[in-house]
Amino acid sequence: MSTETQYCTFFLDNDFFGIEVSRVQEILRYQDMTEVPLSAPVIRGLINLRGQIMTAVDLRERVGLPPREDGKRPINVVIRQKDGGVSLLVDSIGDVMSPSEELAEAAPENVNPRIRALLQGVYKLEGRLLQILDPDKLMEFEGAAA
Amino acid sequence: MSELDEVLQEFLVESYENLDQLEQDMVSLEERPEETEIIASIFRTIHTIKGTCGFLGFSKLEKVTHTGENLLSLLRDGHWKINRPIADALLHTGDAVREMLGHIETTETEGDTDYSDLITELERLQKTGGLEDGSSEVEAPDDQAMNAVDATPAEEAATEEPDDEASELAEDLDAKSEDEAEPATQEAVETVAEAAVQAAESAARSVAPSPKAAQAEQAQQRAADAGKGAAEQAIRVDVGLLDKLMNLVGELVLARNQILQYGNSQQDPIFVSTTQRLNVLTTELQENVMKTRMQPIGNIWNKLPRVVRDLANSCGKKIRLEMEGKDTELDKTLIEAIKDPLTHLVRNAVDHGVEGPEDRLAAGKHEEGVLLLRAFHEGGMVNIEIADDGGGINTDAIRSKAVRNDLITQDQADNMGEREVANLIFKAGLSTAKQVTNVSGRGVGMDVVRTNIEKIGGTIEIQSRQGHGTTFRIKIPLTLAIIPAQVVTAAQNRFAIPQVSLLELLRLEGNEAAHGIELIHGTPVYRLRGNLLPLIYLNHELGLPQKEQDPDNPIVNIVVLQADERDFGLVVDSINDTEEIVVKPLGSELKGLNTYAGATIMGDGAVALILDVIGLAQRAHVLNEIREHGASSKDDLAGEGGERKTLLLFAIGEGGRLAMPLEMVARLEEFELERIEQAGTQQVVQYRGELLPLIQVSSVLGGYAPRAREPHEKLQVVVYTKNGRSVGLLVDDILDIVHENITVQRESDRMGLLGSAVIQGKVTDLVDAEGVIRAVDPSFFAQTESAIA
Repeated sequence: MSTETQYCTFFLDNDFFGIEVSRVQEILRYQDMTEVPLSAPVIRGLINLRGQIMTAVDLRERVGLPPREDGKRPINVVIRQKDGGVSLLVDSIGDVMSPSEELAEAAPENVNPRIRALLQGVYKLEGRLLQILDPDKLMEFEGAAA
Repeated sequence: MSELDEVLQEFLVESYENLDQLEQDMVSLEERPEETEIIASIFRTIHTIKGTCGFLGFSKLEKVTHTGENLLSLLRDGHWKINRPIADALLHTGDAVREMLGHIETTETEGDTDYSDLITELERLQKTGGLEDGSSEVEAPDDQAMNAVDATPAEEAATEEPDDEASELAEDLDAKSEDEAEPATQEAVETVAEAAVQAAESAARSVAPSPKAAQAEQAQQRAADAGKGAAEQAIRVDVGLLDKLMNLVGELVLARNQILQYGNSQQDPIFVSTTQRLNVLTTELQENVMKTRMQPIGNIWNKLPRVVRDLANSCGKKIRLEMEGKDTELDKTLIEAIKDPLTHLVRNAVDHGVEGPEDRLAAGKHEEGVLLLRAFHEGGMVNIEIADDGGGINTDAIRSKAVRNDLITQDQADNMGEREVANLIFKAGLSTAKQVTNVSGRGVGMDVVRTNIEKIGGTIEIQSRQGHGTTFRIKIPLTLAIIPAQVVTAAQNRFAIPQVSLLELLRLEGNEAAHGIELIHGTPVYRLRGNLLPLIYLNHELGLPQKEQDPDNPIVNIVVLQADERDFGLVVDSINDTEEIVVKPLGSELKGLNTYAGATIMGDGAVALILDVIGLAQRAHVLNEIREHGASSKDDLAGEGGERKTLLLFAIGEGGRLAMPLEMVARLEEFELERIEQAGTQQVVQYRGELLPLIQVSSVLGGYAPRAREPHEKLQVVVYTKNGRSVGLLVDDILDIVHENITVQRESDRMGLLGSAVIQGKVTDLVDAEGVIRAVDPSFFAQTESAIA
């Protein structure tokens, strides 16, 4: 790959994450959600995206962060899946970045293996680390159909 | 496949249609051999295929159809009459053509199958007419002459001068019939001559300004002949496009619902009237788009006469297939979905339902069996009936087989009505087994039939009268895409329930709400017209907070649902409107939840989940395990030894733990101690306007330490009813209802006890309820028996 990959970035608290831009369909402000009783805890509900029904996954819960403060409304990052799409709930949105490949490194071994499995790698940006999430791995959680 | 050019594609589509027509025609021809119109239709069909495949260069296909056509022309001219061998051979010709078309579709070649046997057979039939003695010495008209007849005028007219062609052809034929048909009899000569005249005629018809126009005219003529005069008014449309249209209309319906809801709060008269117009138009559009996808059920029925004919012949039975309501329309996807189940049911009816001719005559019936297919619309559903007048289902055989296969217990079997027993044939365990008997062996794949029908939101039921026949009744919705649903609320969440599974809505108020719901050891039930209706609390099942009841004005809303022929009540916080909803699938991350059938978008734009009634019932264990699908239930049935029973557990005295089969329990009641009165030596209680005699179980059985009773404690009574007479068994506590494999560990010689078993890890005595009653009132059973005698 000669060209650098572009990433859509976002924040959960102070953690800085990125997902390949080609997998991101759109970014939406907060949408009303319909709870799905009995579903896995990471599933926050269903949203109506112009007539399409999307499942909203709480990324905080997925990466093991404490629940969002009350009253703070998450933002939807809608990503494309094999069979439709899914919305990831994040705290706030960053820029689209294309960091140099030279800054890339695999996630260190001592990162919590549960989180490490979700990471494609880490970019050592100036002043902060950009953690790249694997969108497919994100959707492999307990309660999800195989 | 993608390389197939348009001409070829069109040829395939057209030929398949023609073949379907051919099969129908063949079967009806056998019934009405005199009708020359049918023969003419078959002839045209074969001829069209032959003409086109010659044009496309499929020589093998051409050869087969050509030989078939020769035989047909003899039939058409009355040279031979249709009979079994001829019909078989012609149907096989159709099969062969279909096979080759299949090859052409996939590989663009005709395949390697050798059809020379078929051709030889067809040629032999041309000579003998299927009459084995070969009585007629008549030689078939010479092949070459026939070839000449069969040259398709239209084709050649397109390449040659029409005028010349006609005369040439006629001359040619004349010459040939003179020169070469000499040994043939007069009849044969006539055949050829007539064919020649016809060829000349059609060639003459094609005299037209340009060859192309001639061809077009011919095609039109043919279409008109075949009764397809609608050709100009119909076009072929890709089903994918129709699907897309349907999806768009679904979205439009949702948008309409949203606007309607918003419109209700608006005053502007123009907006309001426009909204209403939009509403009307959308509904009309929806109906019409749905209509484009509608197909008459006749489209799949048309294949059945052939199925029945072939199968009946091979079983040596005589069966007449009758059809009513061929024009009944339903959605294309549904047509596809019921095709296999329907065929299966028809095969079953022929194979096992209708008896052989001798048996029928012996039973005083006409030797020809009748299989009736009926379709009609009723209450927004399509009803399809498959009725035979055969021997009916041997319920006794099913009973014993089901018991042997551990599907039901002997007690259950004894208490089952004929209809319930008949419905057992849909069970997986029974149907995968070997045939029950010759008569009632309907089984293989019946569970699949039911599963397939239920998958599309349909139901199937069976009615059978021994000696008089069996009727299967299938009910399916008109369409799957947009369904009416009941909207309910539980803890501020809205849920949609498909109206198909809804039986009725109940609202309990005041006293009824406070006391109408009774508990059988924690399991809530409601008495609905004398029957116990198990209740499920939606909030509880879905882990939602319970609604706070207003103590002054309690209200309970119950939605009575049916899942798998089992009724149950779903308690919800409130019951809202019914709405037309568009079913949308849930993402794969939610597929594991069987409580939801999908989701939909409501009028206000919010998403609502659609409840899966069967899934919910299974989750709440309202459905008996044996009703659950497939092998898993069979496995745990077979897992342990012993008998699997549903038992009522209750306590007597200090530490006395007893059980009796739940089937023997009519009802469970609670009475205040004060209500017990004395009638002679008998304790009784006034109950439903009658006196209910009470039996103190502990005193009958003896040996249990009596327990101190608190004042005002309620008495627990198990009501046992037989033949309209009831008796109440007084027990101290109702403990539980269990469904377990019971192995009697120790036979008991104590009166009123059958023995002991370990249930839920504790030793439990099994009560012989009838023995207990008999001990107190020996006349109870005698009286009931004499009462019915």
